[in-house]
Amino acid sequence: MRAFSELFENLDTTTSTNEKLAALTRYFRAAEPSDAAWAAYFLSGRRLKRLIGGAMLRRWLLEETGLPEWLLEETYAEVGDLAETVALLVDNVQGHVQEDVPLEEWIERLLNLRDLSDVQQREQVARWWHELDARGCFLLNKLLTGELRVGVSAGLVERALAQVTGHSRPVIAHRLMGTWQPSASFWRFLHSEADAAGDRTRPYPFCLASPLEANPESLGIPSDWLIEWKWDGIRAQIIRRAGSVHIWSRGEELMTDRFPELVEQALQLPPDTVIDGEIVAWREGRVRPFGELQQRIGRKKLNAKILADTPVHIIAYDLLEQSGEDIRSLPISDRRQRLEAMLTDRPWATLSPQIKDASWQELKQHRDASRSRCVEGLMLKRLDSAYGSGRQRGTWWKWKIDPYSFDGVLMYAQPGRGRRANLLTDYTFAVRDGETLVPVAKAYSGLTDEEISRVDRWIRQNTIERFGPVRSVKPQLVFEIAFEAINESKRHKSGVAVRFPRIARWRIDKPASEANTIDDLRGLLRVGPAESQGEASANAG
Amino acid sequence: MLITATEKGLHCPAGDFYIDPWLPVPRAVLTHAHGDHARAGSEQYFAECSSEGVLRQRLGAELSLVTKRYGERFQLGAAEVSLHAAGHVLGSAQIRVRVDNETWVVTGDYKRAPDPTCAPFEPVVCDVLISEATFALPCYRWPETREVIAEIWRWWQSNREQSRASVLFCYAFGKAQRVLAELMAHTSESVFLHGAVLPLVEEYRRAGIAMLPAEPVVREKRADYRGALIIAPPSAAGTPWMRRFADASTGFCSGWMRIRGARRRRGYDRGFVLSDHADWPALIHTVAESHAKKILLTHGYSDALVRFLREQGVDAAALRTAYGEEE
Ligand SMILES: [Zn+2]
Ligand SMILES: [Zn+2]
Repeated sequence: MRAFSELFENLDTTTSTNEKLAALTRYFRAAEPSDAAWAAYFLSGRRLKRLIGGAMLRRWLLEETGLPEWLLEETYAEVGDLAETVALLVDNVQGHVQEDVPLEEWIERLLNLRDLSDVQQREQVARWWHELDARGCFLLNKLLTGELRVGVSAGLVERALAQVTGHSRPVIAHRLMGTWQPSASFWRFLHSEADAAGDRTRPYPFCLASPLEANPESLGIPSDWLIEWKWDGIRAQIIRRAGSVHIWSRGEELMTDRFPELVEQALQLPPDTVIDGEIVAWREGRVRPFGELQQRIGRKKLNAKILADTPVHIIAYDLLEQSGEDIRSLPISDRRQRLEAMLTDRPWATLSPQIKDASWQELKQHRDASRSRCVEGLMLKRLDSAYGSGRQRGTWWKWKIDPYSFDGVLMYAQPGRGRRANLLTDYTFAVRDGETLVPVAKAYSGLTDEEISRVDRWIRQNTIERFGPVRSVKPQLVFEIAFEAINESKRHKSGVAVRFPRIARWRIDKPASEANTIDDLRGLLRVGPAESQGEASANAG
Repeated sequence: MLITATEKGLHCPAGDFYIDPWLPVPRAVLTHAHGDHARAGSEQYFAECSSEGVLRQRLGAELSLVTKRYGERFQLGAAEVSLHAAGHVLGSAQIRVRVDNETWVVTGDYKRAPDPTCAPFEPVVCDVLISEATFALPCYRWPETREVIAEIWRWWQSNREQSRASVLFCYAFGKAQRVLAELMAHTSESVFLHGAVLPLVEEYRRAGIAMLPAEPVVREKRADYRGALIIAPPSAAGTPWMRRFADASTGFCSGWMRIRGARRRRGYDRGFVLSDHADWPALIHTVAESHAKKILLTHGYSDALVRFLREQGVDAAALRTAYGEEE
């Protein structure tokens, strides 16, 4: 693991892309195939399932250090990361130099922990803590808790692997998609000639749009663009190859078994076809709110009742492979024509409707009425654009509706993670409910670094009570919280759940007495598909 | 109470003097010449001999200053006062105050790790110890200085291989000189100094401290700094002064660099864990060695250390002061 731990350190201690790239290729060239495969696995953002929970590690750490619990908590709050707290507190037994165990063998050791009793696990892990150096100890804990994150982008890992294998980046990106078992044979597969059988069940890297912040007029005339609704479902690739169907979500999750009815239908597609589209909840020829789809996905087991209660449907918007030919480099106008032809014969999916002959002004009005259609806004794809890998700028834009917002009072705070570890940056916001406050959203992004340190200082001076790392503060600061959707929720004390909350700005101008109320938020629940009229803010003004 | 916390600073009524006052007073006894401890405006100062040069540089050549040697006893009013090495920076002292058989010690800032640029910390037995607590959490434990210096050296060499400059940010007084002296274990070549560091290095040389040869950063061409080590105060980071080094790699020497989150937030390429303050084990060790019946704490995480000591049966309390958390 020494080489991997060195790589981690190198990636962690530089901000230069070139240096990161050099460190990656150096590592991949020197590593054993199985270790390299595991490294690629972690570097591409994959993780092991959690083997040991944080609470358990904390208990063991208490026993190991003999520190009082409050002091351990205070130290943890300062460090902001449990794996690192362990590495900083546990003594590494001097003079005991650990032989270098390959990464793959470490993973095996860790997985073997599952067969041990609590006591044996504790003994084993504590021994490793003392034997490893601080860096190794930190990595070990990250692996144990399933939280290993490396400061490197997916694109950079692909570039490094492309250099090492001699393949182009799209080939590498394709091969890294989906689920795979890190092993020497996977590493060989990465190096193998193109079109090996192993590629056949994997999706293509998704082509992603950038948010449109500029005025749409700056994009030229609307007729240069393919304009569609931005559907609020699960983006997926449907892969019909070699007699079977695979459904991959944009999150690179294989979801085939979640949608048996879609598999059935997709088998009617011509062989060797890959379609990009949106899976949505669907009834009577109409899209239903995302919440319904989410409920169905949340079910562990599907049964006939669920399938009947929440039917799903595919809205197809792109064709990536036809008769086994990768057509991603064709212009989308061309790909779309082929998709249309394919779907007129076999109407198993709905073709994503195109909005044609509208001026930017009319398109703006369409966009503003998005909520009534259960869509999130508009997608703009330049008619001559290829299907690129990853985030595109200039050719694919998502033009989303303005989010909902409310003014909430800061109620709790706790330290952030990673870069913001010893600052209080994870906030809970509340709205007014009569004389009391009821928490409704957690958010941690949106403030500038300077605001974060100001808020951090304020919190430390205005803490009422501490519960471990969490502090309750005087209800004084007001923030505008933007969010995407709101649903009724029995699990939340407030009775509502907001989706994707984030801080829009600090309302220095507002006292807590002018924050929104729970009734304001409940009012938004009714702005459902049928009756919404563009304006959707709980803000009084 | 031999010493009390007042709004002007720590005051000894029996001797009618203040220790490191933050407002002007008639008589000030200083622990050391860092800005948060040595402030201008008082009528008369007492300090250790070897701090004289830096004090006059910082507070003015005309300063009314009485210097004393470590261990030399002198009388201020009814108090017998003596200064004892604190191992923090050149001339840093603990202040021992004795009145009627009762002894108090104010440590000022101190460290227990060896440092070739100043006299080592001298444990002093007392009844009441007023100690700093800048880094009083168990996660703050310093690695061996030798290892940290070797790390700095490797970083400099690897930047040199890529023809890059290495800019190392260190507090101008104390840390910079310590690094320059410690680096002699690896090399004897010359380094570059920021204008704020230069006069302090000269002061240390006058005091007979051996350090790497150095020259000021005056040239403008990028080529002049390729592969070189430049020592600058943290305040120079991100200023136009940095432009001449083009794609330099930056590093920061501080105890705060012990935490990964702090390293990443500061935005330097590298963080080196090198502090002139006592770490957690050193604080505990110093408290025990003093045999003091009562411990008072200033700076930083004093609350955590107070609670910890109390749970160990030690009488401890926090003192409110205006000292910074800089090093
Ligand atoms: Zn100091
Ligand atoms: Zn200080």
